[in-house]
Amino acid sequence: MQVIAEAIGHDYGPLPVLENVDLAVREGEVLAIIGPSGCGKSTLLSILGGLLQPSRGRVLLKGQPQADCLNPLTFVFQDFALLPWRSVAGNVELVLEHHRLGSAERRRRVADALARTGLSDFAAALPKQLSGGMRQRVGIARALAVRPAVLLLDEPLSALDAQTRELLLEDFESLWVRERTTAIYVTHNLSEALRLADRVAVFSRRPGRLKELVEIPLPRGQRSGAQAQVELAALHDRLWGLIRAEAQSAVTELEHG
Amino acid sequence: MAEAVRELKFRGGGFAPGRKRWTALVFFALVLGIWQLAGSRGWVSPLFLPSPLAIFEALRAEAISGNLWIHLTASLQRIGLGWVLGTLAGLALGLAMGLFTLARSVGLPLVSAFFPIPKIALLPLFILWFGIGEASKLVTIGMGVFFPTVVAAYSGVDTVPRNLVRMAQSFSLPYSAIVWKVVLPGAMATIVAGFRITVSLALILVVAAEMIGAEYGLGAFIISAGHLMMTDRLLGGVVCLSILGLLAGTGITLLERRLLHWR
Repeated sequence: MQVIAEAIGHDYGPLPVLENVDLAVREGEVLAIIGPSGCGKSTLLSILGGLLQPSRGRVLLKGQPQADCLNPLTFVFQDFALLPWRSVAGNVELVLEHHRLGSAERRRRVADALARTGLSDFAAALPKQLSGGMRQRVGIARALAVRPAVLLLDEPLSALDAQTRELLLEDFESLWVRERTTAIYVTHNLSEALRLADRVAVFSRRPGRLKELVEIPLPRGQRSGAQAQVELAALHDRLWGLIRAEAQSAVTELEHG
Repeated sequence: MAEAVRELKFRGGGFAPGRKRWTALVFFALVLGIWQLAGSRGWVSPLFLPSPLAIFEALRAEAISGNLWIHLTASLQRIGLGWVLGTLAGLALGLAMGLFTLARSVGLPLVSAFFPIPKIALLPLFILWFGIGEASKLVTIGMGVFFPTVVAAYSGVDTVPRNLVRMAQSFSLPYSAIVWKVVLPGAMATIVAGFRITVSLALILVVAAEMIGAEYGLGAFIISAGHLMMTDRLLGGVVCLSILGLLAGTGITLLERRLLHWR
């Protein structure tokens, strides 16, 4: 399924945060969105996922989700958004309960999602008993359980420590190598974007405009060799060059209100 | 010359009050002991402050005669019914105010205006409206319970993290499912904390209402003992109220453990 943003603009009261964004997310690709703080990355993701009504423009969906998809546009949240009173399995099951699934099918989906995220042994645990990384895995398991057509990830690793981030990055890599789920990945981390994305959408400072779409020519999973690292370093410099001045201006703007 | 070496002084203690299990019991026993001693030695007049044993004896006599149970049952029925009615109505309006703009717009000024009125001041009006019987007392207790429950319920809904609601919306959960599975459990801690306050309020109001116009009930039991200068019986009634308060508090704690075990 393709997600197409047409001339999206959004204001928070008198404050314009997004301006005239045209963007088409191709089926099966991972599109990273990067830009300086406050440029409207998360706002755009909320708009693309139907959680926020844009002030201007529209979002189009092209194509049909696969037959077993229960929630075409599915979020993975930065703060995990787990119900603290439900177990790990209960949190995953929550998003299946309103669908007409038999109890066996529901249990199968929960078990499968937990197995794919390495959480089978923690099905009965409460979120407070898990580390940050494990909690985010529950968030990912919950998303996988509905077999999404498009995953919308809002800085999913930013609340985690460096080691946990690395482990989850590996999980994401293998997930997208294994199954080509379309994904929109908002991050402020260039390395994450370069490691996971097929294309990187670079945004200007507020009001965020699409400044450039950068293609990453290396297939995911083949980005660890020496030659690949050289190419990625060059891309990193190019991306940093695109957002450095914007980030500096954004910081100055934040400091001086 | 060698530099002086000294051990680092710990400065991170305090500000962490704990609870020692037996301290309260020992203290309570000590107070009772001194009180009993003061009564036995004649340091205080039994008319003004009867000894704990005298109070116990008076209560025992009332219990054996069956009089105590008649009063206790009358009060418990009023508290139970008044609390349940006030709580159900309070939850309905409070949750509506937490969820719907119209209910909040109408309800908030209403609650702000009526909440501070001591409900016992309205008892004469309720007697005029509903008569001297049970209805006026139940309405007084119900009104006393209603407003704090409204506040607890809508505040509880307000404290539910919006990211959880957004998560549920992002998975296309129906509105009713979001209310039942996200909003209500999330608001439960505040609502149950409200129960702790309203149970005590119901106890206070039932006694006040029974003191003003009732033949039976702990309030009537206490006020009639006061009129007859039977201070041992009077304090026996007060002891019963204290035990009821303790039992209600324990009940709420058990409810908290059951509903909020995840905390």
